[in-house]
Amino acid sequence: MNELKEFVTFRLKQEYYGINIQNVENIEKVLPITRIPYTPSYVKGVINLRGIIVPVVDLRNRFGFESTQTTDEARIIIVNLDELKIGMLVDASSEVLQIYDEDIDASPNVRKDGSNEFVKNIGKKNGRIIMLIDLYKVLNLEQHNE
Amino acid sequence: MDMSQYLEIFIDESKEHLQTMNEILLELENDADNLSHLGEIFRIAHTLKGMSGTMGFTKVADLTHKMENVLDLVRNGALKVNSQIIDILFECFDALEEYIDHLEKTGKEGDLDSSELVRKLAVIAETKSVDGIAAASGKPTKTEAKVEAKVSSADESSSEFHISLNDIEDVLRHAFEQEVNPFLIRVTLDEGCMLKAARSFIVFNTLERFGEIIKSYPIAEEIEDEKFDDSFELLYFTKLEANYCKNELMHISEIKDVLVQPLTEDVLTVSKTPQKDVEVELEKVESKEVESKQKEDSAASKTAEKAKTSKTVRVEIGRLDNLMNLVSELIIIKTRLEDLDTTTSKGFDQNNRNNMNEAIEYLERITTSLHDAVMKVRMVPVERTFNRFPRLVRDLSKDLGKNIKLFMSGEETEVDRTVIDEIGDPLIHLIRNSLDHGIESPEEREKSGKDEMGFVALRAYPDGNTVVIEVEDDGKGINPEIIKKKALEKKLITVDEAELMTDKELINLLFKAGFSTVDKVTDLSGRGVGLDVVKSKIEAINGTVEVVSNLGQGSKFIIRLPLTLAIIQALMVNLNEEKFAIPLNNIKEITTIETGKITMVQDQEVVLYRNKTLPIIRMKEVLEIECDEEPLDELIVVIVKKGDVEAGLVVDSLIGQQEIVIKSLGKYLTGIKAIAGATILGNGSVALIVDPNQLF
Repeated sequence: MNELKEFVTFRLKQEYYGINIQNVENIEKVLPITRIPYTPSYVKGVINLRGIIVPVVDLRNRFGFESTQTTDEARIIIVNLDELKIGMLVDASSEVLQIYDEDIDASPNVRKDGSNEFVKNIGKKNGRIIMLIDLYKVLNLEQHNE
Repeated sequence: MDMSQYLEIFIDESKEHLQTMNEILLELENDADNLSHLGEIFRIAHTLKGMSGTMGFTKVADLTHKMENVLDLVRNGALKVNSQIIDILFECFDALEEYIDHLEKTGKEGDLDSSELVRKLAVIAETKSVDGIAAASGKPTKTEAKVEAKVSSADESSSEFHISLNDIEDVLRHAFEQEVNPFLIRVTLDEGCMLKAARSFIVFNTLERFGEIIKSYPIAEEIEDEKFDDSFELLYFTKLEANYCKNELMHISEIKDVLVQPLTEDVLTVSKTPQKDVEVELEKVESKEVESKQKEDSAASKTAEKAKTSKTVRVEIGRLDNLMNLVSELIIIKTRLEDLDTTTSKGFDQNNRNNMNEAIEYLERITTSLHDAVMKVRMVPVERTFNRFPRLVRDLSKDLGKNIKLFMSGEETEVDRTVIDEIGDPLIHLIRNSLDHGIESPEEREKSGKDEMGFVALRAYPDGNTVVIEVEDDGKGINPEIIKKKALEKKLITVDEAELMTDKELINLLFKAGFSTVDKVTDLSGRGVGLDVVKSKIEAINGTVEVVSNLGQGSKFIIRLPLTLAIIQALMVNLNEEKFAIPLNNIKEITTIETGKITMVQDQEVVLYRNKTLPIIRMKEVLEIECDEEPLDELIVVIVKKGDVEAGLVVDSLIGQQEIVIKSLGKYLTGIKAIAGATILGNGSVALIVDPNQLF
């Protein structure tokens, strides 16, 4: 089977990552974020998404990168997972890529930095490499479901 | 046909019917001779049968059908109402309720086996019916009108038809001239036939292929509405033979019998000569019919009246939530306008500002009334929850061998729909507790000089912005000493703590997790749920629960619930740059306190305020906010209360009172300490709502 899959890609530091488009609800400019006490450091806070309170996860923090001032390019990608609506703060959002199944490989597991464990697969497209992330792990949902 | 779209309606309606059935059964138990109760139950069983049959839920239909049979016997006086019958009816009710519950959860009927019950009912119907017929013929039935209403089934044995021919003589004569055979046909349906209207429709259709139906008894509309027992009659013109007609009809399933009687030209003359008699008789029949109809009507109006008192509009909760959202949006806009007013007012001239003020006032009026209206839609009487308790108490007191009476009052008190759904389980638990642990056995009661009959009272009443529900019993009360012992055993408190605790504090230990005064878990209160769960459930809907108990005289659990859940008044405060909301109903007062007066007691900052020690809680510490500025000489303190306990919350500055819309933080962020939710401010940003109850 050589299925075509679509991924929303975004940038974090200098690298590009992808999320299955099925999970992406929309992409927002950065809204005022309200901090929430007693949450893991990667939970940046909550935003008001047209009347709905949506938590935001700071992916830089989650992946163990140093945090920087958010720029004009920064976006919040709203993902929908198991009826949960969660925002992910990224450095910039990029295009939607179509990748064939056969161009998706397992993660090489070589790098040892923090983001490694969240990368499920590697997608190739026109010589570019896109890291496809495991949303459950990124958002720590396994623990949540327990 | 896909019935799934009707499932919800079916479940809702069934529940409503079952609720009424439950009430009537309880009444019937006290007033066994009241035939109107029986009629009511019969009607409900009948309706359920019809509905479930249409939906294809054969088990429910079967059960209700058998119930109907038995009820019919009782109604006709063939069977006496006794406790056995009532018990069996209760069993049926339970089974039906279980079916409906299962349906609600899974959309399927489930495989609950009620065949035993069905068999029991069948046996009753059969064995008693023999005696029943004799009895019925022996003594005149009390409800003559009802018998009259059932005329068609009673007359089944005789071959007399009800269709009168005198008004259609011309048509008949014409038919004979045309050599068309007129027949009188009586079609009897199977007793178990579920969709009588549909069957009769098929009969009509079949016949109309070969001829013409001139008249029917009862009239076609009534047949369509299933307003006949098992059989109906038709006057039919066809060129076919009688036997052929009969065969055609017998091919239709669920048809028990077809009687086809040809009409000859004699009927014309016959009907002509004794016309007067016939007319008189007709009149009689008609007047009787009218009578029975009137009776039916009055019964119907009676039920209608009853239904009116609990008339509810079924609104999908999602739509209501949407409406709520709109209202909250309106309130947000209102707040934004107010902001605009204060920030830009310098640039406006006086006139403009007045206009602005007027507009805001108007908007405020609208939002307030809209809020009220929506809230009212969401309000339901607590009756919905209460009405299952008489049955619960009846069954439990039977099981426990105690004599217990339940008093209920204030069932009409209204609370938010979401509260209703949540309050049921805690109340059941409290009532079970009262019956099981609170009220003593009859012997014990007699010994302590009490009435042998125990009582449990369930009261609801509005109190300001809250609704109070009380569960009170006149049992043995709660012994603080026993609780102290237990709590020490279970290491919930230390010996030192125990020494210092008042009786009231000790009693409230009941609500601590891991506390249960009864060692062995009984079937009654041992559902693995302790009073701590009751407490947490009630607190989850922003309510409180406390207990008052007098040893030897009984105990009283008092539950306080908020009237509304979604919109509250709150005090907005600043902590550094962040804004927080504190619900106004938790706040006792706001004051300033000199830093120098604060002393440390057991690692806790306290201050003497109005001759009481007031613990001081630094909100910045609690909410993980950096605190780097110079210590101030004077602190702004918001004093909050939880029951009788008070604490002072230190905040940076006060913003003011505001109406806020409570929003959930969602499932991803649950159980965050000290935070009850979030709200959206006028500028669109989010502020957190502090839950003072969790702070101390």
